[in-house]
This record gives sequence, C-alpha cells and structure tokens, in this order.
Amino acid sequence: MKPPPFDYHGPASLGETLRVLAEVGPHGKVLAGGQSLIPLLNMRLAAPAHLVDINRVAELDTIAAEPGGVRVGALARHAAVERSAAARAVQPLLGQALRLVAHPVIRNRGTVVGSLVHADPSAELPAVLALLGGSVRLARLGGEREVAAAEFFTGPLESAVAPGELAVSAFFPALPERSGTAFCEVARRHGDYAVAGVAAAVTLDEDFRIAAARVACVSVGPVPVVADVTEVCGPRPAASVGWDVDWDAVARAVQDRIDPEEDIHATATYRRHLTGVLVTRALKSAAHEAGHGEQGEL
Amino acid sequence: MTESGSREDVEIKLSVNGRPVAAAVEPRTTLAGLLRDELGLTGTNIGCDTTSCGACTVLLDGRAVKSCTVVGAQAHGRSVVTIEGLADGDRLHPVQRAFHEHHAVQCGFCTPGMVLAAVSLLGSAPGPLTEQDVRLALKGNLCRCTGYHNIIQAVLAVANTQAVPAVSNGDE
Repeated sequence: MKPPPFDYHGPASLGETLRVLAEVGPHGKVLAGGQSLIPLLNMRLAAPAHLVDINRVAELDTIAAEPGGVRVGALARHAAVERSAAARAVQPLLGQALRLVAHPVIRNRGTVVGSLVHADPSAELPAVLALLGGSVRLARLGGEREVAAAEFFTGPLESAVAPGELAVSAFFPALPERSGTAFCEVARRHGDYAVAGVAAAVTLDEDFRIAAARVACVSVGPVPVVADVTEVCGPRPAASVGWDVDWDAVARAVQDRIDPEEDIHATATYRRHLTGVLVTRALKSAAHEAGHGEQGEL
Repeated sequence: MTESGSREDVEIKLSVNGRPVAAAVEPRTTLAGLLRDELGLTGTNIGCDTTSCGACTVLLDGRAVKSCTVVGAQAHGRSVVTIEGLADGDRLHPVQRAFHEHHAVQCGFCTPGMVLAAVSLLGSAPGPLTEQDVRLALKGNLCRCTGYHNIIQAVLAVANTQAVPAVSNGDE
C-alpha cells in the first residue's frame, strides 16, 4: 500500500466527471489507465489530494476512424487502438508508434490520451500528435476547447490541460494520398524509454518527388521537436526511383534544431548523433512506404 | 460504491477467480494489495510497484494487467483471475502444465506473472506464435534468475500444439 492517501472519485458519466473536476480544481488528478500516474504515486513523486477515476465513463471509450483522421476517446487503451484495423488504415503511424510503447501488458491498460496528457518528452504518442498536427479536445464544466498539438505540449510532463479540465479525446489527422510514415527509435531495451526516436511523414507528388517531409524527435528536448525538412529533401525523386537526396544535409538540418541533454544513459552528443541516424532511417522508410503502393506503374 | 470523493473505505464488489467478493478498501489500496493483504491470495507477487517487473500480473476482465498499478476500488464490478484461479481443481491450466514440463520455473517469484501474461497472450493470438512474438509479449515480465529460455519454450509449446481454453471471466 504505497501511494499517499487520496480521496477517490468514481463518476459514471462525463457530466459528473466535469462537475467533480470543477469542484476539486488544482487538487485533482484524472486517473485513466494509471500506467504512469500510479507508479508516480507509488514512488511518492506525486500526491494529489483527489483522484478522479474516469474508467466507468463508457462514453469516453471510443475510437472513431474517418477518412480525415482518427479521433481517440480518453478511455481507449493503447491495445485497442493498436488492434483497430480501421484506425491503422487511416493513420498507420499510430500502429507503428504503439508497437514501441512500453509492452503489451501495459498497453492493455494505458490509454492514448493519457500518454498525451502525461507529456513525457521521451514518449512516442506526443511525437505522433505533434508530427501530424493533431489536437486534443479539453472539456470543462460548461464548455470545451480544441488545442492544437503545437500549443498542447508546454514542457516536460506539462500540457495545456488546466485545473478542472478533462482531455476527452485526441484527433490524429490522416495524411494525403501518396504519403508514408515511420517511427524509428533506439532504446536500451525494447519498450523502454527511447534514448532517441524519430517519427517521420513523407508525401510524394505525382512524379514521386518528395512534396512534403516532416519529422518529430523524442528525448531531445522538453517537448517533441518537429522539423519540416521538405526544402532540404526535395523536390527530388524518392524511394521508388533512387535516393537522390542529400541525407547528411537533412540529418544536419534536424540536428541543428534539437537541444538534447545528457543523462546516465547517453551524452548529449550521442543523442544528437542518434537523432541524425534515425532521421535518415525514418524518412527513407516513410518515403519508401509512400511510393510503395504505385511503384509498379513507374 | 460511493461516487463522491472520500478518503474513507470504498465498498466494492467484484469477482475473484470466479467467486463473488465484497470488500471495503482504503482508496490507496492497489489491486495487488487487495488481493494479497485483504483476500490472502499471495500468489500475486509484488516486485517493483512501478509496472517494471510484471510479478503482479493478473487478468482483469480477461486481459493481463499489472495489479500494482490498478487501484483496488477500480476493480469494482470487474472480474479478476489470479494464479490461484487458473487450475481447474487438480487439473493444471495448459500453460501451468507446460511450465512444469519445460522446467520453466527457477525461484518461482516471476512465475505467476509470467503464466498470466502468457495466458493473456494465448487468448488474444489467433494463430501460431513465433519465438519473437512470445519474447515481445513477455518483455514486461522480468525473471531475475534469467530463466527465460525455458519459459519461452513452455509458452511456444502451448501456443503451437493445443487450443488454450479461455479463462472464465467469472461473469457467467
């Protein structure tokens, strides 16, 4: 029985959840999957006075995949999104990233929206949301707002969620036709915190030249670092017709944008090096995927 | 089950190993603590309390979770299966039997969590499994005796030789 004492609230509806959150204000913490929060409590690194458990709020357990993107409700577990063929079809990067999140037993319990709100700078899903330019819907008693990814992540373990607010869903936009994605990372053990990691999205034009290329880097800044490398990459032929891209220049362009820190696992220099390698690897893989579907026609 | 917040005990009802259980738990009691300290089911081991080791893995509504990071009150209305509930009387569950046959047990501390994570994997995997599938599925379960080889072989033996009966979620 390690967690510090707290008041437990188990609301059964969204309305009631918002009323409780309004009441407890800054002293409340939302409990969804609990895979980051409960360890923090067990380690006594956090001691909220009130835990508001949303696990009974069935209306938050949703995954809606539409042509424009995937909206994931606050109670959708990592494993459920990972299993959703519809979600993976609309936005393959979700499946590519979720495979790297912790391990299956944790993914049975942890939630996608919970990962976003936790805003760990080494986590995969914040990078996915940032890369795709997605958003998080925040509800409070008497209103709601949609916050773009660029404004949502405000610092390490800090998000735009204000006291009294609940992140009810997140939206992961689809990419245009002839797009591909990839998530590459280096961790000390599979599923452990990434020493460095890169999500990439590439869109090709009708001549299979790179029309858009973006990356989002984890573990090298206080929030996911998004870099648009379209100009450095293109417009040059991509995967299917040869690699006429100056990948070293692309890697350098991203390395110039990051500000990694040193810890016991890696020096800042090593993280910068890894990020460069992973940028190239992820972009090549994404470009290959983007071109793959129509390669035969070339 | 109170819906207003209280540091006082929370009244909960759940199914544990197919039997109805009613308990009053302090809000900060984890499911692992509830199982071990209140219900005496000490087969669920606590290694790290931080989701790292997997020794406390149980099935919650049929899926493996780490009971050190589920609040006991969250089990209200749910069904829990621990290692004690896996065998059918004297007949071991196929995964337990395979662990026995492949000598997949050394000190035994990780075994309950390993078995339940494996049961969850086998219940959700439709087809044959590769060694890599099993390794990835069990990577959240640590064996400090490092006896992974026989554990993987045991799970593979079950996966690729027989149908694994679904574990009752206690609701029937």
